[in-house]
Amino acid sequence: MDDTGTVAAFWILATITVGSALMVVAVRNLIHAVVFLILSFLGVAGLYVTLSADFVAVAQVLIYAGAVSVLILFAIVLTPRAGRDNAETFLRLPALLLAVLVGFTIGFISLDTDWAIAGRGGFEETASAIGEALLSKYVLPFEMASVLLLVAMVGAILLVRPEGSAGEE
Amino acid sequence: MSVGLEHYLVVGAILFATGLYLALAKRNFVGVLMGIELMFNAVNLTFVAFSRFVESAAPLSGHVFVVFVITVAAAEAAVALALAVLVYRTRETIDVDRIDLLKW
Repeated sequence: MDDTGTVAAFWILATITVGSALMVVAVRNLIHAVVFLILSFLGVAGLYVTLSADFVAVAQVLIYAGAVSVLILFAIVLTPRAGRDNAETFLRLPALLLAVLVGFTIGFISLDTDWAIAGRGGFEETASAIGEALLSKYVLPFEMASVLLLVAMVGAILLVRPEGSAGEE
Repeated sequence: MSVGLEHYLVVGAILFATGLYLALAKRNFVGVLMGIELMFNAVNLTFVAFSRFVESAAPLSGHVFVVFVITVAAAEAAVALALAVLVYRTRETIDVDRIDLLKW
């Protein structure tokens, strides 16, 4: 990863990702925070592209930037009288301290460790190999994930169903 | 100047720390959930970076794991936001410091 285009893309995308993640913390309006969160998700998707992870990048755009952020927006507009000022609780300073400590620890470990770097280039394309792995080696977790999604869907519908709609209470 | 594994790991570390702060300090439950999603993203980025750079017999396993993490995170977000709406219906608030029913 030495060519100028990839290096420039990495720095621009890393700045967008980290900058909008920090803006999620800083802005004082929850809706604006969600917009910056979507920008951060898209930056991560771009970083996946620079890592030649095409399938994961598309899944990131579809699921995180699409589905999860819409879900978060729905939760905000469905709770109209809740506070929207994106404020902190009394745990603000301990949380800041802990987050800085954890960030420095992970960063120091990742810089200090001598990783076994492979000399190979990026992947040509990953979707077919991921598909084959999902249906051969990882078929059991794949099926369990489908059951989990079904359970989550039924559970979410059951939880927010209007009261008394199926004869309960 | 080249971009290596460490660059991605440091970006992942900053994202994770930001998400941790959001999850611990935000008052609105939706803000807490946004922090959790950011932490998922940081971990996924680290997985994909290791899969791209580090010596391995099956390098695409990292991508498969990221697909599973995304699946579980989507299911978690759906259930958590349903819970938030449910709490709002009974308590008229989703501020985590005012949902203290279990506090003695």
